[in-house]
Amino acid sequence: MMEATVTIPPFERFYAEHRDEVYGLLARRLGRQRAEDAFQETFLRALRAYPSLRHGEYLRAWVLTIARNIAVDAFRRERPAAELEEQVELPKRPAYAELEHLTEALPPTERAAVVLRYAYDMPYSAIGAALGSSEDAARQAASAGVRRLRRKETT
Amino acid sequence: MTVSTDLDRRFRDAADREGLVDVAYDLADSPVGELLVAATDRGLCRIAYRPDDALEELAGDFGVRVLRVPRRVDDIRRELDEYFEGRRREFDLEVDLSPVGSFHREALHELARVPYGQVTTYGALAAKVGHPKAARAIGGAMNRNPIPIVLPCHRVVGANGKLVGYAGGLERKELLLRLEGALL
Repeated sequence: MMEATVTIPPFERFYAEHRDEVYGLLARRLGRQRAEDAFQETFLRALRAYPSLRHGEYLRAWVLTIARNIAVDAFRRERPAAELEEQVELPKRPAYAELEHLTEALPPTERAAVVLRYAYDMPYSAIGAALGSSEDAARQAASAGVRRLRRKETT
Repeated sequence: MTVSTDLDRRFRDAADREGLVDVAYDLADSPVGELLVAATDRGLCRIAYRPDDALEELAGDFGVRVLRVPRRVDDIRRELDEYFEGRRREFDLEVDLSPVGSFHREALHELARVPYGQVTTYGALAAKVGHPKAARAIGGAMNRNPIPIVLPCHRVVGANGKLVGYAGGLERKELLLRLEGALL
């Protein structure tokens, strides 16, 4: 069942509400110095995709996903061989809690695409922005993730 | 963990530089209280006496990418300061009235021609717009003026010379008219 649509807040309110948490996440993962560039990139990506959002729900999950992806990229650039622990900090809600469990085995990008699409009902343009890719790439990642899940189910 | 003032400013400037901002705004101190001053690429689009409510209105009128970018409204703030210090009688600012309907816009254009320090009446302004019986509609248009002070709706009074009304409150209207020397 669809929940009541929450209006998209003016970007300033969204930014003011989440900037400290986003910076905290990035600083923990990258150190304060490198977190600054990643912070700017996170909110620029969010700003680019902002007009394509269809509702104002789960914006925290969305922006944290953008930040995490940027942190993963920055981390990979520095230490390509390092083992990455993909921490998921999306808020718990039933649809997501279920998907979180089901999608555990997916590669990070496919997992983020599947969760943002099917648990948070976000348009592919916004997911693309979160993943640092295009709308098409986001659609492909989500469908690849879903195919992978189906294969897993049937084996 | 708190974002430093410097990092915060750098993000805002980068967002503006990349052309990602629909509406840039800042708050400005003035003798009539704190004002929210906002601009689009086309020009000044809003001066609000109630900054808290203005962000949602701006998002509805111009797009959701509303962001505080102080340097984008520097010129506007400077002209307002000069006005309040009595050093400026006319504003040299482009305005963006794109969300405003045609009658309303015509009324605001006519309003902009009322000189500093003088008053006109709702009826007289209605006649100028070509609808002499539309004084009430003009009153409504003044009440919904998105750019008070710069578009001087404080210079419009009732037929009997009473101040009548002002969306920012009659105290502000009186203060502006005193500043301009229209009320002695």
